[in-house]
Amino acid sequence: MTTNATEATQNLPSSHFYVREHHPEQGTLLGFWLYLMSDCLLFAGLFATYAVLSNSYAGGPSGADIFDLPLVALNTSFLLLSSITYGFAMLQMQLKRVNGTLLWLAVTGLLGAAFIGLELYEFAHLLSEGYGPQRSAFLTAFFALVGTHGLHVSFGIIWLIVLMVQVKRFGLNAENGRRLMCLSMFWHFLDVVWIGVFTFVYLMGVL
Amino acid sequence: MQDKTDLTSLIFGRLSLESIPYHEPILVVTFAIAALAGLGLLGFITYKQFWGTLWHDWITSIDHKKIGIMYIILAFVMLLRGFSDALMMRAQQAMAFAGSEGFLPPEHYDQLFTVHGVIMIFFVAMPMIVGIMNFVVPLQLGTRDVAFPFLNNFSFWMTAAGAGLTMVSLFVGEFGKTGWLAFPPLSGIQGSPGVGVDYYIWSLQIAGVGTLLSGINFMVTIIKNRAPGMTLMKMPIFTWTALCTNILIVAAFPILTVVLAMLSMDRMLDTHFFTNDMGGNMMMYVNLIWIWGHPEVYILILPAFGVFSEVVATFSGKRLFGYTSMVYATIVITVLSYLVWLHHFFTMGAGASVNAFFGITTMIISIPTGAKLFNWLFTMYRGRIRFELPMMWTVSFMVTFTIGGMTGVLLAVPPADFVLHNSLFLVAHFHNVIIGGVLFGMFAAINYWFPKAFGYKLDDYWGKWSFWLWTIGFYAAFMPLYVLGLMGVTRRMNHFDDSSLQIWFVIAAIGALMILGGIVASIIQFVVSYRRRDELRDHTGDIWDGRTLEWSTSSPPPQYNFAFTPVVYDNDSWTDMKKHGYERPRDGFLPIHMPKNTAAGFVLAMLSAACGFGLVWHMWPLVGVSFVALIGGFIIHTFNYNRDYHIPAEDVTRIENERSQQLDRYA
Amino acid sequence: MSFPRLRYGLALLPLTLLGGCGMVVMDPSGDIASQQADLIIVSTLLMLIVIVPVIFLTFYFAWRYRKNNKTAAYHPEWDHSTKLELVIWGVPLLIIIALGLITWISTHKLDPYRPLDRIDADRPLAADHEPLNVQVVSLDWKWLFIYPEQGVASINELVTPVDVPVRFHITSSSTMNSFYIPALAGQIYSMPGMQTTLNAVINEPGEYQGFSANYSGAGFSDMRFKYLGVSDDKFDAWVQKAKKQGGTLNRSEYLQLAQPSTATPVTYYSTVAPDLYHAILNRCVVEGKMCMDQMMMMGKGDGEMAGGAIKHGDKQKGGHSSALNMNSDDMGRKQTNGQDDE
Repeated sequence: MTTNATEATQNLPSSHFYVREHHPEQGTLLGFWLYLMSDCLLFAGLFATYAVLSNSYAGGPSGADIFDLPLVALNTSFLLLSSITYGFAMLQMQLKRVNGTLLWLAVTGLLGAAFIGLELYEFAHLLSEGYGPQRSAFLTAFFALVGTHGLHVSFGIIWLIVLMVQVKRFGLNAENGRRLMCLSMFWHFLDVVWIGVFTFVYLMGVL
Repeated sequence: MQDKTDLTSLIFGRLSLESIPYHEPILVVTFAIAALAGLGLLGFITYKQFWGTLWHDWITSIDHKKIGIMYIILAFVMLLRGFSDALMMRAQQAMAFAGSEGFLPPEHYDQLFTVHGVIMIFFVAMPMIVGIMNFVVPLQLGTRDVAFPFLNNFSFWMTAAGAGLTMVSLFVGEFGKTGWLAFPPLSGIQGSPGVGVDYYIWSLQIAGVGTLLSGINFMVTIIKNRAPGMTLMKMPIFTWTALCTNILIVAAFPILTVVLAMLSMDRMLDTHFFTNDMGGNMMMYVNLIWIWGHPEVYILILPAFGVFSEVVATFSGKRLFGYTSMVYATIVITVLSYLVWLHHFFTMGAGASVNAFFGITTMIISIPTGAKLFNWLFTMYRGRIRFELPMMWTVSFMVTFTIGGMTGVLLAVPPADFVLHNSLFLVAHFHNVIIGGVLFGMFAAINYWFPKAFGYKLDDYWGKWSFWLWTIGFYAAFMPLYVLGLMGVTRRMNHFDDSSLQIWFVIAAIGALMILGGIVASIIQFVVSYRRRDELRDHTGDIWDGRTLEWSTSSPPPQYNFAFTPVVYDNDSWTDMKKHGYERPRDGFLPIHMPKNTAAGFVLAMLSAACGFGLVWHMWPLVGVSFVALIGGFIIHTFNYNRDYHIPAEDVTRIENERSQQLDRYA
Repeated sequence: MSFPRLRYGLALLPLTLLGGCGMVVMDPSGDIASQQADLIIVSTLLMLIVIVPVIFLTFYFAWRYRKNNKTAAYHPEWDHSTKLELVIWGVPLLIIIALGLITWISTHKLDPYRPLDRIDADRPLAADHEPLNVQVVSLDWKWLFIYPEQGVASINELVTPVDVPVRFHITSSSTMNSFYIPALAGQIYSMPGMQTTLNAVINEPGEYQGFSANYSGAGFSDMRFKYLGVSDDKFDAWVQKAKKQGGTLNRSEYLQLAQPSTATPVTYYSTVAPDLYHAILNRCVVEGKMCMDQMMMMGKGDGEMAGGAIKHGDKQKGGHSSALNMNSDDMGRKQTNGQDDE
């Protein structure tokens, strides 16, 4: 702002300086997006740690030894599918159809639960072999990265169930609409992270 | 613990009566004093029947002004604790020479330097800057509150919970003995088998959640809630620095969360992120923690820079020189702060090219920082400077911070750092910039905005005592440390063999006592100001002839800040309004939409604290119950859709008319 | 009102003391350290180009433009000057460019890993010179020095001949420390399982302080050692002394040493097990433990089985059930007698 050329000193009416009503824009979606970006950085830290420790097998197994790619492919398809079904839920929401929304949310939740279930099965199997996170730094980093993603999905499923109850009870009001949008962003974000995990951990691990 | 029943160890984990240090006289006395003071305070509140007010108007408040004040009160209380730690360290180091062991057992001293750093950074400096931003930013933006008022309350209580957990470690168990960043392997389960590092981890994780959410809150507020006409380049400069600070918070704190989580997994689950064996890599910890740590110190200093910009412009009676340049300098500093972290461990052996790269990026940051300093100078140039307390603090900052910045650039030269790293020279440098920069900035901010918050000025006489004692005390306490560093003395020593060093430590201890005087003078300043508040009253709301929108409100502002939202045409919008002879509206007030107070933030934060305590002591039932209650409580909270109300138009009219009458009386 | 002169004087005080006063960092006895001291002086002087005017202007403007001085000009709307901005950004930029060049060059020249190219400013060294090799291990809370070529070792006493380049190979037993002799050269961290290197030379005979510059636990404040720079004869004599007086430094003796202790007196060893340092560095001093370099060579897929899908069974290799109870050293091999870190 450069210097004022003239010093205008005429008195201007109040209406020049105020508006009587002003509603700031809704910040929820931006706020949630920012939270998601911070979560992205959290995952970035985990990815970086995985990258540093990914060859530290301590005489134990490597990724090639333990990754079951068919299982992971199935898992991935569940998760990616669940993103599509969430998209259907959002379309139903836009059409103001409560039951349609609830249906597709339920399908999404089930697919997410299937993802978690398979992942738990994979972890349990590794643990029973003695290839848990305590075995080596590589396994520590693997469990931490994949496990954190799984924890996020699990919380997402809990959130999804709560939202389903809230939509059923209170309908598709503005607040619930915002919440569904936030969960949508969360769910798709976890999908993107999983694509990173799938690529950098599993695929590159068996190369 | 053989005679413990299984049930007892299940409920209490590794907590036992031996965890209470009743055979450490210093701690027993401290506890007695703290308990007496605490009981006195509780008794006073009961006697004055303040509990209702405390709960309804403060603890459950979602008003950014109240939350800001609570943050600063927290910061001051923790300053007393953190500074006591400093006094004890200075005393020990002044005494423990050539055979004398001083008065502190080593395991006590080693906790002192750890907890001193943790408290000062996380529970003094951070709450102070967040508190100031809380109070000021919405007022400067011309809006009624932050974007997420409930989250704001929750953030405060999470910070307080983290502070509380650290304080509990004094009387139940112990704190870490690792230095404030807790490097493994020393902080791993073998290097530190006790509860100390766990207290450290969970206090910071809990407080960190609060800070991160606060960062998101303020970013959205500044981006979305500005008054009409206030483009980004018409925002007050303090709000710009607040925006950049909060960007740094959102971008840096997740890294702290993840690295502390990894450390806790190593400790609790026997994983191998940072262990010596099985492939762990301690250098990864050092990198991650400093990738957080360096932006953290810019988080601390940027708001202080913003304060100084406002103060210099106001008290020179002049527009801030080079506003655009200041904004770009702030942005450049924000971005560059992510490219320098390795300068904290040049000596870890990264090799010459890597070290040189980070050294050079560190030096580059000094260019926009220097530009800011020059811009303040040229704001003073051809101004009419009034040396009220905020301006005095600013001038002291300008000299002190410059020296600290110089020693920082010196340390940025890797071969120079090889001989100065971890020495008392380093300790002097960072205290130089944090005290001279952040703390002086906060004192300037407090003296500047106190009248706005409470309706009366702070007493000048005691304020000046505080100022001089702090300034001279700072130099006396830390200049000797520069000398000692050049004499090859390293940090964190609890005794020395070479008696020729003692004189420097004695001078430093005297400096610390002067700073103590400064703190006492500050406390007296608050008390005296309260008692003289009618004389010191701010009748107009614009006690300094301010330039930005907060000065258009009454002191203190009404709950809703602005009855009508101001429209902005220029920087220094309040000066602009005054120049154009604006007149207060006298009627036509509408009902105002406000968020309701809530207990949810407080309850959830206390549950988090309980969960943290349980994690520290391995009290798994407590962890399970509190965690489930936390999630459950949060879910229940989301079922409350009824979170706001309207202030009736009659109330608004009444408040505004009272103010108009007051202004008519004193104009 | 402020008192400009008082604060100005206080600010300058540290500078006046740079000229000595027992400040070993500014007056060291080793060539690397003295080049580092010169760097400190040059950098400080470069920065003073900006610092001195800034501090002066702060006081001067505060004084001249104070409210009561009505003679000074008052331009409340003047807030921009492109010329001034160019100077404000340009001059520091030029200084930082200069400092940056100095940084790049000196950081490479004084890189601890870089073999020395000179004994001091007047005497260069051939590129193929043979330094004296010393292996350094930081223990809790003392320093072990092994002389592989002389076959001796010592605790808390380091001796090297004057004007002879030394190459330190540094590691640690359990915690991160920092190997630092201010009179000799800069410091470098010592880390378990890793090796750092420091090249240095002492130019003046004398007795100097050495210590750890990174806090490593309860005994840190006593983790100091004596460093002696001596003539060649005296060095040989010292080696002979160690050979006569010292005991044997084998694996079991080392494991004893690795137990935490503070204020350890100077101790000599006349013989050192030949592969001891390698074992310390690769964390396999304990009998039967696999050395880290061997482990790392096993690499991908060579571990306990060949590559491919999940293998089942193989219970003898660490197939423990309770993750929380697993000993980090347990690799299904012979248990040691309870030592965790060698």
